[in-house]
Amino acid sequence: MLARPGLTRFLARRLAQVVPTVLLIVVVNFLVLHLTPGDIVDVLAGEAGAATPEYVAMLRQRFGLDRPLSVQLASYVWGVATGDLGFSFRHNTTVARLMLERLPATLILMGTSLALAVTLGVVCGVTAARHVNRPADGAIAVLVLLSYATPTFWIGLMLIVLFSVKLGWLPTGGMMTIGVDLSVPRRVLDVAQHLVLPAASLALFYAAIYTRLMRASMLEVAGQDYVRTARAKGISEARVTYGHALRNALLPLVTVVGVQVGSLLGGSVLVESVFGWPGLGRLAFEAIQQRDYNLLLGILLMSSLLVIAINLVVDLLYALLDPRIELR
Amino acid sequence: MERLAPLPRALAALATLCLLLVGLGAPAHGQPRAGGTLTIVQGAEPAVLVSAVNTSTFIGTVSTKIHEGLLDYDFDLKPRPALAESWSVAPDGRTYTFKLRHGVTWHDGKPFTSADVKFSLEEIWRKLHPRGRVTFNRVTAVETPDAHTVVVKLSEATPMLLAALSSYESQVLPRHVYEGKDFTTHPALNAPIGTGPFVFKEWKKGDYVRLERNPNYWDRGKPYLDAIVVRVIPDAAARAAAIEKGEVQLGVFNPVPLSDIKRLTALPTVKAETRGYEYFAPMYMMEINLRDEHLKDKRVRHAILHALDRKFIAENVWFGFAKPATGPIASSSPFYTTQGVPQYPYDVARANAILDEAGLKRGAGNVRFKTSLTFAPVQPEIPRTAEYIKQALGRVGIDVELRNLDIATFIRQVYNWEFDLTQNYLYLLPDPTLGVQRLYISGNIKKGTPFANAAGYENKDVDAVFAAAQTENDVAKRRELFARAQRLIQEDLPDLNLLELTFVTLYNAKLFNHTMGADGPYGSFKDTYLLP
Repeated sequence: MLARPGLTRFLARRLAQVVPTVLLIVVVNFLVLHLTPGDIVDVLAGEAGAATPEYVAMLRQRFGLDRPLSVQLASYVWGVATGDLGFSFRHNTTVARLMLERLPATLILMGTSLALAVTLGVVCGVTAARHVNRPADGAIAVLVLLSYATPTFWIGLMLIVLFSVKLGWLPTGGMMTIGVDLSVPRRVLDVAQHLVLPAASLALFYAAIYTRLMRASMLEVAGQDYVRTARAKGISEARVTYGHALRNALLPLVTVVGVQVGSLLGGSVLVESVFGWPGLGRLAFEAIQQRDYNLLLGILLMSSLLVIAINLVVDLLYALLDPRIELR
Repeated sequence: MERLAPLPRALAALATLCLLLVGLGAPAHGQPRAGGTLTIVQGAEPAVLVSAVNTSTFIGTVSTKIHEGLLDYDFDLKPRPALAESWSVAPDGRTYTFKLRHGVTWHDGKPFTSADVKFSLEEIWRKLHPRGRVTFNRVTAVETPDAHTVVVKLSEATPMLLAALSSYESQVLPRHVYEGKDFTTHPALNAPIGTGPFVFKEWKKGDYVRLERNPNYWDRGKPYLDAIVVRVIPDAAARAAAIEKGEVQLGVFNPVPLSDIKRLTALPTVKAETRGYEYFAPMYMMEINLRDEHLKDKRVRHAILHALDRKFIAENVWFGFAKPATGPIASSSPFYTTQGVPQYPYDVARANAILDEAGLKRGAGNVRFKTSLTFAPVQPEIPRTAEYIKQALGRVGIDVELRNLDIATFIRQVYNWEFDLTQNYLYLLPDPTLGVQRLYISGNIKKGTPFANAAGYENKDVDAVFAAAQTENDVAKRRELFARAQRLIQEDLPDLNLLELTFVTLYNAKLFNHTMGADGPYGSFKDTYLLP
């Protein structure tokens, strides 16, 4: 379905746009970060509890922070262009390696919560739309409001109190049981157990948004001519809903999900902190506190690339869901 | 941040607290049991795993299980043998001889010798350790007559030297690993090799550090534990849940907010320990910028201290885990005194009278002058204390604006002298030369240097007293010098020493021998054991 005449040209055009976008992102991020007061040497010296001026100066020189900002920027941009994201002096290792170490945990958490949120959102949204203004709709509305209004970290803590501390069913945090050798299937099960609570906490908020969106979108589509036509043909209500209406009603959801993937990365900071999940969100947050700019810039760059990539996928998905949309 | 250790009276108070909290202290219980994995929880990830280059708390808890120092300290801060089996000090205090333990090997199998100690002192402690520069600045030579003897020669007596040789303050590092390499980016900082009871195994960033039992440890039969896992849980409530559930068996340096401690210790499985922080002696203080037109008048500083009900703060904000300080040296120090040291008890009328006398009349809105209070909320009790201070000073006509900053901004602003008043706690450490003098001597007015004399305090007498105490080898004379320093500083009040803090260790009832000396969380844990 994607093998259309415009596709190659579309992809080429989009990829050409990526280069200036990324450059702009890198430069702006770099400059904004360097406006914040304090640098990594302040933090290191502060943690050390004492430091002499010579020691502080030595560190700044070692980390290249004594150079003019323009030189630092140029050398950073050159590094990124040549595929070198720099060195984290905080963690004493390369930025690329730090990010790669954390990436699997982030992808597992994001992927699971996103899948959970979309599934819940679609199911609840469609159910609410089919029973509009009836008790099921009302019940869903209440649940949506609750999960939307409750802070994510608090949901997380309450889940820990209930399922870990009181019932003892699930671990309180971490990503896997430490220090035991497990076979692959047992390890998968082990990670899955650790994943349940953080993924659920993170998914609830987004599921609430998607439910509202799907409900509204389904109701709108339900009033359109082709749905009436489908009903007039005498096909079952289920087929009308899932075969005809749902496909078009998904378009707004796809748009919003695409936009929110980026914020999911940021929103996971709280969940990662509460559950001690070793993901990128927390790494970024800690990098801000510690003024570990190389690391933070690396993570921001990767998030931007992720958002750009997801937007591309969303555009392709539009065309897939609605063949009338042209790729240009 | 930093801190020091309480004294006999503090210990008594602490012991009472312990009794109240847990019914019993936490001494050893029957026969130690070999085996088991101890999981320690902490709120932040260590930056690297070598305390010799970064003295942060979160590094110290891990690094001290892997590395050792020449000495170790009991609860009274008396030195005990560690890598040094015995030591002697020449009568003039200028030669220290250490006899090193035989049969000690590094975790990579190479033998530990006096060359490692010489290298650590000359290349690391003296050059890279933030306090080591002061501690070892009188060292003129380090001689190694044989593989197990180290002779340290000093230009003048340095009585505090023996207080600074713990595995945290001056850890011995392997020369063969580090020599000739760039120290700031050395890979061994993340995968260290030491001589300690536990061997570095694995570090999953953002999640945990795993150490395993060192089968070749010199103290045969020890350690008892098979492994130590240090888990990072950034959220305080989640740490409390993990402790409650028993998933972690030890949390140190106030692992949960003080408001949670009563609830947790009411559980049969969780106990509290307040010993083991004597080495640090955390002092909660207010630094004051003496460059400010109002604050430079010492009467104003006297009035501020009179206006604060520190007993109230200790009991209500710090839940009793603090007590009013009486001067710049903590009550746990052997040099502590109150004799002739001026005190400023809570007295609002007195504070008002002093401010009137200083010519600061109340103006519009009953305000005498405006100022600001800068702090970083590294513990939840700090902003609460700041809020109390704002109210209390408002009552005597000082309008305080609160400035709540993150730690990097706090350090940048305060130590570039862009502040009026601060809230923070500092470790005063076992010897005043190490932890106290840096805040008060005029030679330490250094812009951009954290935890130096940010106040800008200059007093020739204070400078002279601290200078003399650095090299005074006679304990009685040295005590008299520090007594004088306490009187002078407490008269001038360049900083307000508000509270001596008590830190809390939470541990599982099945865990024993975790707090064995004055630097409890930084102990080697070779004696620690866990019942099933």
